[in-house]
Amino acid sequence: MTERNRREILQAAAGLGLSFLLPALELKAAEQRGAERPKSLLILWMAGGPSQLETWDPHPGSKTGGPVKALPTRIPGAQIADLYPRVAEQIGELNLIRSLISREGDHERGTVFMKTGYRPDPVLTFPAVSAIAAYKLPVPGLEIPAHVSLGDGQLPARGGFLGATHDAFRIYEPGRQITNMKPLVSDDRQQRRLDSLQVVSRAFTQGRRIQSANTLHQLTVERALQMMNSEQLKAFDIGSEPAEVRQAYGDSRFGRGCLVARRLIEAGVRSIEVTLSGWDSHASNYEGHRTQAEILDPAFATLIQELKSRDLLQSTVVLCIGEFGRTPNINPLEGRDHWPKWFSCVVGGGGLTQGRVIGETDPDGAADAKDPIEVQDLYATILKMLGINYAEEFQTSIGRPIAFSKGTPIERLMS
Amino acid sequence: MNAKFAPLLIVAGLFFLCFQAVRGPEPAAAPAAAEDRSPNSSPQAAEQITAWFETRWQTAGLTPAEPADELLVLRRLALALMGTLPSLEEIRQFEADQEPQRLERWTARYLRDRRFADYFAERLARCFVGSENGAFIIFRRDRFVSWLSAELQKNTPYDELVRTIVAGRGLWTGEPQSNFVTAAYANEDLDENKLAARSVRAFLGQSMDCAQCHDHPFANWKQQQFEGIAAQFSAVEVGPLGVHDGRREPFKVQDRKTLEDREVAAAVPFQNEWLSGAGTQREQFAAWLTHPENRHFERAIANRVWGLMFGRPYVTPVDDMPNPPDAAHRDVLDLLAEDFRAHDCSLKRMIEVIAASRPFRLQSRHAIDGERLDDSADPDRQAEMARAAADQITALHDEWAIFPLTRLRPEQVIGSMLQASSIQTIDQNSHLFTRAQRFFRERDFVNAYGDLGDQELVEQTGTIPQALLRMNSDMTRDAVKADLFAASSRVARMCPSPKDVIETAYLICLTRRPQAEELAWFEDASGKSSEGGSETVVEDLFWTLFNAEEFSWNH
Repeated sequence: MTERNRREILQAAAGLGLSFLLPALELKAAEQRGAERPKSLLILWMAGGPSQLETWDPHPGSKTGGPVKALPTRIPGAQIADLYPRVAEQIGELNLIRSLISREGDHERGTVFMKTGYRPDPVLTFPAVSAIAAYKLPVPGLEIPAHVSLGDGQLPARGGFLGATHDAFRIYEPGRQITNMKPLVSDDRQQRRLDSLQVVSRAFTQGRRIQSANTLHQLTVERALQMMNSEQLKAFDIGSEPAEVRQAYGDSRFGRGCLVARRLIEAGVRSIEVTLSGWDSHASNYEGHRTQAEILDPAFATLIQELKSRDLLQSTVVLCIGEFGRTPNINPLEGRDHWPKWFSCVVGGGGLTQGRVIGETDPDGAADAKDPIEVQDLYATILKMLGINYAEEFQTSIGRPIAFSKGTPIERLMS
Repeated sequence: MNAKFAPLLIVAGLFFLCFQAVRGPEPAAAPAAAEDRSPNSSPQAAEQITAWFETRWQTAGLTPAEPADELLVLRRLALALMGTLPSLEEIRQFEADQEPQRLERWTARYLRDRRFADYFAERLARCFVGSENGAFIIFRRDRFVSWLSAELQKNTPYDELVRTIVAGRGLWTGEPQSNFVTAAYANEDLDENKLAARSVRAFLGQSMDCAQCHDHPFANWKQQQFEGIAAQFSAVEVGPLGVHDGRREPFKVQDRKTLEDREVAAAVPFQNEWLSGAGTQREQFAAWLTHPENRHFERAIANRVWGLMFGRPYVTPVDDMPNPPDAAHRDVLDLLAEDFRAHDCSLKRMIEVIAASRPFRLQSRHAIDGERLDDSADPDRQAEMARAAADQITALHDEWAIFPLTRLRPEQVIGSMLQASSIQTIDQNSHLFTRAQRFFRERDFVNAYGDLGDQELVEQTGTIPQALLRMNSDMTRDAVKADLFAASSRVARMCPSPKDVIETAYLICLTRRPQAEELAWFEDASGKSSEGGSETVVEDLFWTLFNAEEFSWNH
């Protein structure tokens, strides 16, 4: 094994094993609040590409506006689509970027770019910003995964060159029973099966002790068993939440996902992604966005409200973003097509400023957005807020050193 | 025949077949096909490879691992060539086959099997067109893969195959090779840069992707060379009639410094004289890529095939190899390449040579690793000895003097699980239902297990979701369940004694017999079982074997 391989194995071990090899004395950490609390990253991923015009950057009455109306928000002078009355009440805690730019207008490529800050590269798979956070900031005592993806996203956040161990742990139906977490047989029988496994492993490792240790197979199995038996699994269960809280988030996969996300943050999970699919409105854009808003508005607003009331917002960076925006022009099917040239996102919490609006778009959709923001700058900002050296280079397995983010932090969001 | 008895007869027939397979070797039941006895000319080439490694081991003072058991080598072959374990049916036949050169003949037999062509086509397609399905309207990955599979089955010379792919014209449906071009369609535009990068990566084993924007930091690729290769695809047009070479406008790129467009002429980074001078620009470029003297080309495929056989390429990473060594430092890839060229660029031949070479047939365990440390020695001394052993294993590993442990791909794990839950070989002759079941289960499993995407032959450790999936999923439950046709229940019912049950289950799942300690453990367990009888014991046994490291790692 080369020196590099050995390092990779150690890196993999760090992501897998270290947190459970460390003593579980961090129960207190989960109880911490305010700015002192270790930070989390929560990404609300809008899969399919939401229209900026029907969400955070409406232009009613203009050539491109469509039927949507604008609604004043808690940010003085900033209006959002009237489909979001509840978010309008909460958005003052966060910031709006209306001039995010991308160069990828295809769903898959756009998703990779917007989740990683790097354009897709056939030679390297880049890690999502959420994977970087979980990788750089291991959580002592955490028995459940530090990087979780909730919902039906087709392209969940990946660990990329950091290794598959940093892929987000996927839960398709948050709030429901987690799959593959219960043994298939009774406790007695399971114990017998595990005892037998030891016997087979012992036979295999004879003369392969060193090669076998490098595979981390044993460690992975132990970690999986530990998770199956962990009290912390309760964080995934929303059964104990009051009915009115569950109702406030909305009885949708995304609503339940946001509630589970809050519980995971409280349990100390570092990075969470909650996906809301269904934004790809090539036809009947307005109707489609109205339906989506019925899901997003209560969930997003309740989430912010709860993070605030539980004093978790200062320690949680929240980002609501999709792979691109949608065309200013409305097509003959009353739809809007893919538009990476400029679009919007909402970001805040975790010590970021509040109530800022960055960028401005042309109501006629002709001129480029003012004050364009690159996604890598957004991720440099977020990583910095999490306390990670965003410019640090990771030595990839192909020998190319890659910075966690090649962007520059956006100072306006930090002070 | 009365129609209502037909299903009964089929069931009876199936039971008979299973019984035959479970019962064990019957000399008459396993005749090697006549074609399996055909003489094989590859041993000589394999001996050359072996001799090359032996010299290196000697120079480095390394004692290679002992030869692996032939049955274990058969397992490696089945996994590498077909992505699955040998079936119990095949194991019985293999064991009954006592003719000389058994492994050579079985390699040839697997290479004739359609499962080889299908599996290898999928693996190669990942580097030729990627793993994503892309823009469906103009890109049909499925068509490309089946076309490639048919070509592999025919053993079309690899250089010819590559020329057809690079210069392919026509519709992505009728002329599936043209999907190589349409796979590079992104953001409603044909991306010549992507084609350039992919051609160099897939066919020359080198990465020049970064040269799209700047010179390669440590290889010799210059940005200008990258642009010259991208311009080889400048005539390509994608229209309603498919891919053709009608575009006449000059190829332009935007200068990164001045932000102005500048014209770029088609060029190759070295050996202009290899361009054929005839045909379309792409045909000329394809001739250059595959030119008989292009060592990059032949070494790239040798390294990739080596990687597919061992789970680890000879040179890592597989698509960013250094330039070929000079004549004084020719390595095993050159030896393989020479034989490859001398035999009409036959991929099957190259596989046979690798499969017959000594490194492929070594054990993945080594005496050094088994040495017990003296418990009475002081801790520092013990640590020092452990480090020394680890260093020696590393040295053996680096020099291919021990077979590497590599994680099986998700397709291999589920393929093996499905094969192990059946007694007969699941292949194109299997019942449609079995094949359909295999297709859907495989797809779901690969999604859940985590597809590795375009990344091929990268060393990976396992993940927690994978462990959970193997231990607790419905797929595992179905695979171990002792229902009517599952291997577990058939083994439970057909084997005369617990010992036979255990041995047969080991053969089905791990392609070996249990060691004495294992046999004793499971015999004891079957005696103690109070819950559900013998079928429960067999289910538990199958579950254990599916979850063993030995099952999901190539060794």
